[in-house]
Amino acid sequence: MPPHVTTPPLSKEDQERLAQSGIDLAMKNRCGSYLQMDQDIVHAECEQEGIEVLSYKKAMEKYDGLKEYNWKVVSPDKDEITRYVAAQKEPKGYVIIAHAGSNNILPIQACLYLGREQIQHVHNIIIAEEGAELHIISGCTSGAHVGKGGAHYGISEFYVKKNAKISFTMIHNWSEDIEVFPRSASVVDDNGVFLSNYVCMQPVKKVQMYPTANLIGENSVARFSSIVIASKTSFFDIGSRAILEGKGASAELITRAITKGGTIISRGHILGKTAGTRGHLECKGLILQDGRIYAVPEIEGNVVGTELSHEAAVGKLARDEIEYLMSRGLDEDEATATIIRGFLDVKITGLPDALQKQIDATIDVAEKSGF
Amino acid sequence: MLIIEDLHVNVGEKEVLHDINLHIGVGETHVLMGPNGSGKTTLLMTILGFSNYTITQGKILFKGEDVTRMHAHERAKRGIGMLFQRPPTISGLKLGKLLTAISRTKKEDIPQLAASVHMDKFLERDINKGFSGGEIKRSEVLQLMIQKPDFIMLDEPESGVDLENISLIGTAIGSLLEKDKHIIKRQKSGLVITHTGYILDYLETDRGHVMCDGQIKCHGNPREILQDIKQRGYKECLECRHT
Repeated sequence: MPPHVTTPPLSKEDQERLAQSGIDLAMKNRCGSYLQMDQDIVHAECEQEGIEVLSYKKAMEKYDGLKEYNWKVVSPDKDEITRYVAAQKEPKGYVIIAHAGSNNILPIQACLYLGREQIQHVHNIIIAEEGAELHIISGCTSGAHVGKGGAHYGISEFYVKKNAKISFTMIHNWSEDIEVFPRSASVVDDNGVFLSNYVCMQPVKKVQMYPTANLIGENSVARFSSIVIASKTSFFDIGSRAILEGKGASAELITRAITKGGTIISRGHILGKTAGTRGHLECKGLILQDGRIYAVPEIEGNVVGTELSHEAAVGKLARDEIEYLMSRGLDEDEATATIIRGFLDVKITGLPDALQKQIDATIDVAEKSGF
Repeated sequence: MLIIEDLHVNVGEKEVLHDINLHIGVGETHVLMGPNGSGKTTLLMTILGFSNYTITQGKILFKGEDVTRMHAHERAKRGIGMLFQRPPTISGLKLGKLLTAISRTKKEDIPQLAASVHMDKFLERDINKGFSGGEIKRSEVLQLMIQKPDFIMLDEPESGVDLENISLIGTAIGSLLEKDKHIIKRQKSGLVITHTGYILDYLETDRGHVMCDGQIKCHGNPREILQDIKQRGYKECLECRHT
């Protein structure tokens, strides 16, 4: 087992917040770890043969600026967030490289923790070389004491080479005064698979992101799944985009959104540019308390032979379902929580058990507090 | 077990059940027949405590306790259960997870019970999603096997079910209603809605009632009533002024 991750002193509450975002400081079910607290890199290592976990700075030194990858799929001029990160004299973040043929059964954890700083910025580059398989859990959280506002700017560039696979599971556990602006994109080569999962069950002030998968390779695959609950003060503008270029490329974009008074704008765009490509987009929303769910599903086909579909639904909890469960002896709160739990249950094909369990555990925590 | 007195029920603004009186003793199984839309399912849902059905007059006593104003889950906890004709599909809720939630003792061997009604391969499926008629009914029976109610209402247990499944479901329900025990020792009671009467081949029943236009019009031997309806239809029942 890799050594424990040692952190500066943290309150019990903050340790729990780390655990709830999927971070295991004891490294029981993890093969590597990157921990950044504010702008301090606390830990970066991986015991798995063939996989490197490096700080951005170290990786630039070691691999001569990673010229093929650095700011190649995300443009530094994209918007004010990317410009801010690109302008940093001391860029932070991590680089994870799964060298050709390597494979991690236990995931690598990457934790971005916002404690004191006003803005935490990171630039991450994740590469799975030919035939490699790489699983990452990214837990993003803030100290319970923050209370003064803060923002997280995160650039992530993913490169999935031939016959390679990356799964990236991001669990957000911020607080009500934090704004989060991930900017990420991926390039997937022949027979490559990119799985991107996002879970946010806890209050956050604002999340805005729109990751894009460029499926350039033949038979390349991307699956995005997002599970989000918006509390009264939360504002989510989230979504994902898949560009189907390679012959036989396919994408699936799935969202489960619940509002308890906040706003969720759920976007999705699949662009079929080549014959023989397939894409499906699905957004289901549940309004538990007056708030806003605005689903914007877009499918765009440019050629004969691309097959694209979408379904979107926004609704309420069905009374007959609640009473059906009550007639089996569950009280109203139990019945409601059981139905919501089912609604959020998205099983992701190709995701290792440890990560699926982590997603389930994150939802379980929310279920225990009655969502 | 169950006493219903002078029950009047509204759905929305409209009264759909009028002056219902029914007495089902411990260990007895009664049959409820009547044309479509006569109010049979409404009566069952009212006994179950669903919120769409408003009791405007009368009362329901269960095991001597007035349950008229109780919520559905409180009635379920006291021992009222139902095999639904068309239960809802609940996306994402696995049958196995529901069975665990229903189980109060947490001691039941769920896989074994599921296998006994050929539902062991459905435990990881969303409840009722893509289930056939027979699978829905077997899932309902399985839930009741875990819930173990003392009074079971069965809303057309044979509808949409092939003969092989009727046999399986009928036998399982018979066991739930303790039909394998001597009549004196039976503690479970039942109320069955049936149109075809097929289920009666597997369930010994004690008394029949005919419901028309929201009223119970007559009572008698269930097989005789069924025979009569098969020969004459409900025309005479509808015209009957006897209550």
